[in-house]
Amino acid sequence: MKSAIKPDMTVNLAGINLRNPVMTASGTFGYGEEFAEYVDMESIGAFVTKGLSLKPRAGNPTPRIVETPGGMLNAIGLQNVGIDAFIAKKVPYLRSVNTPAIANFFGSTVDEYAEMARRLDEIPEVAGLEINISCPNVKQGGIVFGTDPGCAASVVSACRAASKKPLIVKLSPNVTDVVTMAKACEDAGADALSLINTLTGMAIDLDRRRPILANITGGFSGPAIKPIALRMVWQVAKGVKLPIIGIGGIMNATDALEFMLAGATAVQVGTASFINPGAAQKIAEDMEAWLIAHGISDIRSMIGALET
Amino acid sequence: MQFTAMILSNVEVSPGYWRMRMTAPPECAASRPGQFVMVRVNGAIDPLLRRPFGIFDIGTYTPAQSGAIPQPYLEMLYRVVGKGTAMLSTLHGSDLLDVLGPLGKGFDLGSPAEEKLIVGGGVGLAPLYLLAKELAQGSEVRLFAGGKTRDDILCITEFERLGVECYTATEDGSLGECGLVTEALLRRLDQLQGGATIYACGPHGMLNAVAGIAAERGIPCQVSLEGYMACGVGACLGCVAPGHSHSPDTPDFRCVCTEGPVFESGELKWRDRP
Repeated sequence: MKSAIKPDMTVNLAGINLRNPVMTASGTFGYGEEFAEYVDMESIGAFVTKGLSLKPRAGNPTPRIVETPGGMLNAIGLQNVGIDAFIAKKVPYLRSVNTPAIANFFGSTVDEYAEMARRLDEIPEVAGLEINISCPNVKQGGIVFGTDPGCAASVVSACRAASKKPLIVKLSPNVTDVVTMAKACEDAGADALSLINTLTGMAIDLDRRRPILANITGGFSGPAIKPIALRMVWQVAKGVKLPIIGIGGIMNATDALEFMLAGATAVQVGTASFINPGAAQKIAEDMEAWLIAHGISDIRSMIGALET
Repeated sequence: MQFTAMILSNVEVSPGYWRMRMTAPPECAASRPGQFVMVRVNGAIDPLLRRPFGIFDIGTYTPAQSGAIPQPYLEMLYRVVGKGTAMLSTLHGSDLLDVLGPLGKGFDLGSPAEEKLIVGGGVGLAPLYLLAKELAQGSEVRLFAGGKTRDDILCITEFERLGVECYTATEDGSLGECGLVTEALLRRLDQLQGGATIYACGPHGMLNAVAGIAAERGIPCQVSLEGYMACGVGACLGCVAPGHSHSPDTPDFRCVCTEGPVFESGELKWRDRP
């Protein structure tokens, strides 16, 4: 019997070497250490921090989350410890883990975005930056920058000038044409794109005649959004040359591999980590098993290999 | 920790309220009163998220076969409120559940010399039984159980078996006093000779009233909160509750799953909450 050869699972994401394509999505994995009990951090490709800002943010009133069939809505409101506390209290953990940490961040002005990029650029433990121009839940949470190509370009250019680290731009699906946004970010100097952030949604309590979320609307995530995310990743992959991180309802290795076929170089696991804190590790292991079962020696051969 | 539990029994103890016993790994035997578990009802995507349940009891049982050695079990008491809990109530012995826990910070048992006053409403009694069991080993314990009707007064016999003196009140008068159980609590506080600690879990209105009484009389009070949460491990930040200094301008949110679910009542903000 021929013994199975371990496939090459490594991918290069805009200069960041990942041991496998599975990352965790911002806002679903804390600052990493919350999951240390459940995940072998050195079994995943990279992890992304909760979205960071210059000042700490307390977030929105409750209720902040509600489940809907096949998904959930959240309106956390970008609660985070702020950049100073991140450096003092969270970076030491990043140093202890041999896995790239990507810092997700946002600002309310172009200058704030640039200042955040400059501050994060100084942290050796941060392997790359993910610019959040797509949070739907706060007025100044970036969505204004994420829905206008000119605004997006100015944020990306300013961050590009402020940091030498790989720059990932996280795109919103709440736009008329995601490819236009992707191209604007590519032209402005982004190194990679991650998509999709959550879709704006809403849930209503019929008896009380009130919205369930205190914020009224929230970001919709979970397996229900996967078809939309796949479509957008496929469209953007055809329209730009940048590497893409596919995000949206990934629950298992099959989902992750479908995103790679659609054109993603890596994927981010989000809501699934809430359900199974070890989801990202399991998905990475199962992807490798799938490759072995199908006699595929290199995960990179899956990227954009969709036949149409 | 994450483990697969086998259901040992799942019984409706009062209309709409169920008590489930399941196997548990030895590590669960160290669960503290007030801790909770996150249960995945099934492997499908609807319901998608786990459901949080307070740990009602832990113990050991001896399987029926000859030569079997005692095995740890965990119990939860839950109310059928939606799709997830309705599905849970249809499960039977030998069915498997995916469980995460024990999670969160439990009750502080305090000094045995003090009288322990436990206040619970409806399914809020769930985390209070294990608490009463531990407290009753060294302290005088009284339980004040309230509900809308007699159906909401749960497992009182079990509390009585621990040697706990039980006071009940229902809003419709169908069991115990007619009215709110905080009236009985106030009467007991008037008779107190020495120190006491209050422990409470139940609807927000009840907790609000109990926290107010404790503050007024200068009695230490711990409350266990419910929170709508996705993860239970401090990542989703869905389950936060306002801390005592919270205001729109100076926000102060506490994470129920990791900083709680048990809080000193003085740590939290009680006014301006619905």
